[in-house]
Order: sequence, then structure tokens, then C-alpha cells
Amino acid sequence: MPTLSINDLTKRYATGDLAIDQVSLVIPEGQVMALIGPSGAGKSTLIRCVNRLVEPTSGDVLLGDQNITKLGARKLRRARRHIGMIFQEYALVERLTVMENVLSGRLGYVGFWASWLRRFPKQDISDAFTLLDRVGLADMVDKRADELSGGQRQRVGIARALIQNPDLLLVDEPTASLDPKTSRQIMRLITELCRERNLTAVVNIHDVPLAKLFAERVVGLQAGQIVFDGSPEGLSPDVLTRIYGEEDWLATAETGNADMPESEPGVVEADRSL
Amino acid sequence: MTDHVSDGLVEPSQRTWAPPRLIPNARLRWFIALAIGLYLAAAFGTLDINWERVAEGWPRAQRFFSGFVPPDFLSRQGAILDGLLESLWMTAAATALGVLLSIPIAIGGARNASPLPIYMACRAVMALSRTFHEVLIAIFFVKLFGFGPFAGMATLTLATVGFYAKLLAEDIEAIDRSQAEAIRSTGASWLQWLDYAIRPQVRPRAIGLAVYRLDINFRESAIIGIVGAGGIGATLNTAFDRYEFDTAAAILLIIIVIVMAAEYASGAIRRRVQ
Repeated sequence: MPTLSINDLTKRYATGDLAIDQVSLVIPEGQVMALIGPSGAGKSTLIRCVNRLVEPTSGDVLLGDQNITKLGARKLRRARRHIGMIFQEYALVERLTVMENVLSGRLGYVGFWASWLRRFPKQDISDAFTLLDRVGLADMVDKRADELSGGQRQRVGIARALIQNPDLLLVDEPTASLDPKTSRQIMRLITELCRERNLTAVVNIHDVPLAKLFAERVVGLQAGQIVFDGSPEGLSPDVLTRIYGEEDWLATAETGNADMPESEPGVVEADRSL
Repeated sequence: MTDHVSDGLVEPSQRTWAPPRLIPNARLRWFIALAIGLYLAAAFGTLDINWERVAEGWPRAQRFFSGFVPPDFLSRQGAILDGLLESLWMTAAATALGVLLSIPIAIGGARNASPLPIYMACRAVMALSRTFHEVLIAIFFVKLFGFGPFAGMATLTLATVGFYAKLLAEDIEAIDRSQAEAIRSTGASWLQWLDYAIRPQVRPRAIGLAVYRLDINFRESAIIGIVGAGGIGATLNTAFDRYEFDTAAAILLIIIVIVMAAEYASGAIRRRVQ
């Protein structure tokens, strides 16, 4: 599985705003990296430049030896099949069923008529059932997406990204609209699945304690530039000030560094001091 | 604005507040109000209402309406039934054809689904088919194709395109972008993207508009018949020409009942698909 390399990536929007400013990053295979930073730092833009939902202004994005920024429309679609994305506010198609939402992750692999008639290959359907089972939604198959709770929706979002059988997972604020407990469960599920499948993942997250808890590497973005890159333990008050600006970081001290038993969510709950 | 900052020194009891005006410039506001007032005064002055003639209208109206009672459903039974059926098929065919033609034009006329040249072309088609009222188009088509329901159907089809394509295009432009983005990120093709991201989002409105247009088309079919485009309108016109006011009354009653039924049904259907 390939490494993701971002070289001198810059995005200037048509309005003149410089969202990312010559960012370079190498994310080795199987690494779960958290991208933190204040709102407007360019986190969303950065991960959208990877699969070109946003067109970068200059610079390169390489997945393995393929330069994604140089691909034409057809090849870009092929490359996108190998990049799963999980969204803030889930971005499920609300009026489609859970199954249709999950299967939409296979659209890059099936022809138009098969997808129009919802006649997906047997293997895809069986994979969808396995994944829905894995994320705990086995009996929700025919529910419409808008009937689900926030946590359930994000689980569908995860299944949709994973059924693509991606090499790389782009995760944009997966917990932004979830309560603290569900947030942890979702982050735990994402990181577990990444380990199981040896997936490379870039996770945008504004919640520093969560980032510390689940990522092996943290990159701090501020005004489109990388101001921190290291292990979660390195996030000292000084570093947080560099990323987010002046604030009494010790006063909001969290228990993020405490040992978290993965299997006992109840204990995690009790530890929470938010 | 700087005034307000220094106003901080003013005694609290001296502070005033008024809601912001629609037109902030006071001079412009008064000018517009005065201009509208003067024009309306002049318009009413020019109208020159002759009250004597209005008064003479009364007895005429009485005579006219007394000719309506009792309505005669039977002596022109065959003609009424023929006109009615003609109106109904004209309406159904025009609505179906119009909606079918509208869908590609609506997709082309949605800025988020199509490139600029196609967008401009489709918007031009919409604007053109909305420029003239149905009656004017009907007169034109009657000259083109001769008297009869074909001219009526062509008129209603064109009118349906102007109405349906424009409103559907606006609904496509108003979709939730994140759902569309999520489907795009899976590597879906443009057609698959339309099917999975756009169709589910616009379907309720698409159905609602089609039913609403069916209802409008029936009403219009009664009007355009008067200029020769077939249907119940033609039957009605014939009745008036022959001074058969009792038959005309019967036709009017039938139209009223059908329009009310169609309106109720379309309302009920639109509520259900929301």
C-alpha cells in the first residue's frame, strides 16, 4: 500500500484567500495522522486537495507513485475509488436507504445501468452486509438515512468509505456534531478499522484531547502552514499556543493522556472531564 | 460607525435605536415613495371611470346570468363529453411530454451540474418559453398547425417546459452540497452522481411540480380552447357563440368541479411526497 506525499501544496481561492501555503507532508503507509488547527486554518481544504474535491493551485499530491494533481478527469475518478472519505455532518444522501448509501461507495467500480437499477455485484452486497455488521447497523439496512441518529449516520458514512476498499482514508471532522461519548466511539471505530486494514488516514479534528487519544501523529496547521508535526505527547501548552493562539491551556487540562482501556467505554465515560 | 464608539460616553438614558431601513438613504427613500405616489395619482386620474356606464352594466349582468339558469347539461351532451375528454388527454400528454423534455434542460440549466455554455443555452430555452403567455403561444400554434387539440398540446408542452425546467433547475441548485461532494468523492461518474446525489434530493419537488403543472395545464386547456386550440374551451366558446348560455353554464360548472378536484388531489399528493 502506498505512502501519501504532499509536496509544496498551495491553494489560493478565487476570492484571493490563501488557504494552504506550501504545505509538505509525508504520511507513511498505515499511519493515522490527526490534522488539528483553528477554524479556517485550511484543514478541510488540505484534505480536499488530496482527492481534488478542491483543485490545488500548485504543488503535488502523490499516492504511491501516482501524481493525483496531474490526472485527467477519467483517471482522477479511478484514483478516487482508492481514496475513502468520511465527512463532517456525515454527508449521507438523506433520502436513500442505508444500503444504498453504503453501496454508493462502489459507484466507481460499477457501470451506470447496474447502479441505476441498484443491481450491484453479489460481492459488493455481501461486503456491504459484512461492513454494516462490523459497524453495528446490521438491522438498519432498509432504513432511510434520515431516520438514523447522528452516531448511526456516521457509522454508515464509515461503511460507505470502507466498501471502496481504499488505500487512503480522508476524514473531515468526523465528530463535529456528535456528543462526547459517541465522538469517542466513532474515533475508536475509525482507528480500529484503520489498524485492521493497515489504512493510511488523515483525520481533521478540532478536538485536541480526541486527537491525542487516537492518533499516532499530530500535525498542527495554522493559517495554511504547518506549525507542529510530532507525536501527541509533544502537544505542550506552548505548542497549542503556536497552533491556536494565546489561551490558558492548563486550565482546560484534560485527561487525554490517561490510559484508556479500549474495550470499556464505561470507564472512558467516567474519565471524561469535559 | 465611529460615532457609536464615542457614544459610549453618552448617558445610558440618551441612547436611541431604530431598526435599519429597507433603503438606508433617506433622500432616495423619499424620492422613490414620492415617484410611486405621483405615478399612481396620474394613473387613477387618466382612468376616467364613467359611473353611468358601470351602472348600466348591472341589469345586463342580471340578464346574462339569468340565461345561465338552469344549466343545461343534456342538449349538447356529446359535444361537452368530447371536449372534456379532449382537454383531459391534451393535458395529460402535454404534462408528460413537457416534464420529460424539461428534465435534461433543468439539469443543463443548473449551474452546479453543468458547464457554463450549456447552462447559458438551457437558461435561454427556459427564458424563451416563459416569455409569452399561453394564449399568445396558442394563437401562434393554431396559425401554424390549424385548429384543434394538437395546437393546444404543443402550447401546453412548451409552457410546461418553461415552468417545470426553471423550477426544477432552481431546486437542483439548492441541493445540499455535502451529499453531492460525498458521492463525487467515491469516483462516481457524472450520470451516477446525478442518480445518487441529485435525484433523491429533488425527487419530492419534481413530483410535486409535475402534479401542480397537471392541474395548471387543465385550467389552461379551457382557456386556450377559446382561441381555437381544441378541448373543452372550444366547446365553451361555441356555446357562447350560439348564445346557448345554459350549456355554457353547464360547461363552466364542470370546469369548476374538475379544477377543484385537481387542486385538492395535487395538494394531497404533494403533501405525501414531502
